[in-house]
Amino acid sequence: MTLAHTRSLSRVLMYLFVIVMALLMMAPVLTVILGSIRTTGQFLSNPIGLPETGIQWENYTDILTSTDFWRSLRNSLIITLTTTTLVVLIASPLAFIFSRVQFIGRNIFFNILSIGLLFPLVVAILPVFLQVRNLELINSFWGVILPLVTFTLPSSTVILIGFFRAIPTELEDASYIDGCTTFGFFRYVLFPLARPAVAAIATLSIVNAWNEYFLSLVVLGNADKWPLTLGIMQFQGQFGSDWARIMAYVTLLIIPAVIFYLLAERHIVTGLTGGELKG
Amino acid sequence: MSDVRLFSGLSNAVSASPEKRQAQWNKALLIFFFLTPGFLLLIMFLVVPIGQAAYYSLYNWNGLGPLDDFIGLDNYARAFGETVFRGAIQHSLFIMVLSLAVQLPLAMTLALILIRGQLRFQRFFRTLFFLPYVFSEIVAAYIWLYVYNPRGGLLNEFLSLFRPEINGTAWLADLDTVLVAIFFVLTWKFFGFHMLLYMAGLQNISREVEDSARVSGANEWQVLRYVTLPMMRSTISLSVFLSILGSFQQFIVVWILTEGGPAFRSELIVTYLYKFGIQRMQLGFGSALAIILFLMTLIFSIGYQRTVLRQTLAE
Repeated sequence: MTLAHTRSLSRVLMYLFVIVMALLMMAPVLTVILGSIRTTGQFLSNPIGLPETGIQWENYTDILTSTDFWRSLRNSLIITLTTTTLVVLIASPLAFIFSRVQFIGRNIFFNILSIGLLFPLVVAILPVFLQVRNLELINSFWGVILPLVTFTLPSSTVILIGFFRAIPTELEDASYIDGCTTFGFFRYVLFPLARPAVAAIATLSIVNAWNEYFLSLVVLGNADKWPLTLGIMQFQGQFGSDWARIMAYVTLLIIPAVIFYLLAERHIVTGLTGGELKG
Repeated sequence: MSDVRLFSGLSNAVSASPEKRQAQWNKALLIFFFLTPGFLLLIMFLVVPIGQAAYYSLYNWNGLGPLDDFIGLDNYARAFGETVFRGAIQHSLFIMVLSLAVQLPLAMTLALILIRGQLRFQRFFRTLFFLPYVFSEIVAAYIWLYVYNPRGGLLNEFLSLFRPEINGTAWLADLDTVLVAIFFVLTWKFFGFHMLLYMAGLQNISREVEDSARVSGANEWQVLRYVTLPMMRSTISLSVFLSILGSFQQFIVVWILTEGGPAFRSELIVTYLYKFGIQRMQLGFGSALAIILFLMTLIFSIGYQRTVLRQTLAE
């Protein structure tokens, strides 16, 4: 076999491997979406068939006409948007101080921030729950939002520090010569220049807050306050083995995630890889 | 270094003109206002809770009555004496070993194929492989609860095309298969993240170095083994680090699929903590578990950073 033959053979094998993997990855998702427009009976007797008796829109209309769903959606939006706004407003000044300003105790502050990097909320859930209880924030959105902001801050700040450092110091000196204050430099020069990085941390925070469940589970005892992630647990509790309906609910959660991901992929990729991989 | 600067700053401030003193004062104010909101939160919801948990962990406390039953380190002794807790640690280790042995090599293989293989639709495939990472873990868990459903679930329907007797097998209820079944879900959900890290790392390696190795007569395997992988050392050590931490931090996927069952066979550290600490309101015992998890993570992270990540994260 010539070199060219080996090359094309290995290319075929690579395509084959990637395509098989892609099918394995997507098969569960596609089956779930397909199942959501069929009846549970059809679904369980043949998972990948088409809807023989017409599309079962009831699976969706039953969810979309329930007040529970819309209330959960509203709760998810409140938690997600408030958290993300606070993360951007608080992490940017922190990153500015750590990347540009020297002061005593900088290392102590940075170490505290680093502790937060190591512990996702899931590890600290019980201590945080006790603190939320001491602060009498049980059953309040703030009991979810404030800890969520706290635990999103460290990674967001570190991502921003990387970007702020990359902006040349000459620019800072130049703006001071032009009579800019330190705050002015931050507000009118650095922050606008670092917009891709800010978009990246905002996007990661949106994904994180939208998917949050554990804190809500322990803090929000009252079903009125539940976000969609708990809404689906409650729904599954009610409908047990009515798979088609559960799949419809799952699909309702997947579709916005996919759309958002496709729109914001650039920012997510930038954030996760420190800007190294082009989105 | 910062101290030297500070002292020179101070002496400047003392001897300097009013404008300079004003500038120093402005800088101090700026630092104060920029740090305060963030550190107030970090102290309130990270530092204080951990301190409190360390304190509560010395008491037998159900969270309602007064904190007066001091029992020293009994909660810790109890945790390590429980076979279920020791099992949970073993199961987390099992997930960790599988992740390192299967999930990361898979992520690396796909990253290599996508970046170096110069396939068409590279971005399309990247998006597909990464997509589950943006799904909520709850959504992922429900999708796989269906896939593993003994009758009519996607897995058994597919497998029974080849071996009909397989239909009805309850993978999640079987002591021997439950952990592996959970591992597949975690791989499906998370390997795309590692693939993304590797893709970023690969893009930073200049192809000229690889090409010059080829010119010197190295075959593709040798190029990978002696050139590409060593140059990705920092990316790989970061991904190994995150993967090990992640193995000890799983909760919701396991909780929805099995609640730690059957017979505690898929109990992980966090599901154990939730079940025995929070659900049963044994808050003293739960605090001890939280502190154990906290210390395990801290010791591992410091050790790993001192040794493996030293070059990588050196500021």
